[in-house]
Amino acid sequence: MSIGHYLVLSGVLFSIGAAGVFLRKNLITLLLSVEIMLNAVNLAFVAFGRQFGTVDGQIITFFVMTVAAAEAAVGLALVIGLFRHRESLNPEAFTSLKW
Amino acid sequence: MGSDALLFYIFAGAAVLGALLVVTQKNPVYSVLALIASFFGLSGLYVLLEAPFVAVVQIIIYAGAIMVLFLFTVMLLNVPREDAAEWDRAHPLYRPMAVRIGGALAILLALELGWALSRTAGLGGGVADEHPAVSSVAELGRVLFTDYMFAFEVTSILIIVAMVGAVVLAKKREE
Repeated sequence: MSIGHYLVLSGVLFSIGAAGVFLRKNLITLLLSVEIMLNAVNLAFVAFGRQFGTVDGQIITFFVMTVAAAEAAVGLALVIGLFRHRESLNPEAFTSLKW
Repeated sequence: MGSDALLFYIFAGAAVLGALLVVTQKNPVYSVLALIASFFGLSGLYVLLEAPFVAVVQIIIYAGAIMVLFLFTVMLLNVPREDAAEWDRAHPLYRPMAVRIGGALAILLALELGWALSRTAGLGGGVADEHPAVSSVAELGRVLFTDYMFAFEVTSILIIVAMVGAVVLAKKREE
């Protein structure tokens, strides 16, 4: 398979994730869509690393995974805090900072 | 069509189908499970790209740890259904402005992607044609602990901050 196949797949996955972030009205699904986007980027990194025969793509993938883990932990803690505050997971319910 | 291409399309189909299910499911529990299926597809793609360690880490860390965290939170909060507010009952795809702008952006993105791919040389050959694969875990570890030492150490600080932050944020206030 050529790298173009992997890049198109990565772009498709990233678009699905972005569409999920914009369309869904549930904080947990929003975080899941962010995970999809991070994984699409990971796939592109690994494909490029394979194409150029270096190990750097795989290593950057590990860093992205670490960031994703940290983001999931903090994001879910925020979701729990918000749910305790408003009894809702709808982002439209948290508009106190909106002008 | 070789077996490599067949496997690529199977795993890619699993990944895309899982991602689509994540976005379209109403129940967050099903979303999380579909995302785990999507990660298994991606893990197969990493094996095809001769990165077995990334594939294993994808299963263990992502599907095993992060998704279990998500699943625990979903069950802890116990809100299976999407609670759309009164003023926002309409499905997003039925709102005309969102469809117009989003559709235009999607077409633009697809056109640019096709244009870029058609203009870039060297995409025709297989991904494994030019260079031999570096898939040994020993080499991975050597580079990680020499060239990427600083980034590795900074990552440990990030993990500590995230851990403490999560505990502080999720703790009940006592007043």
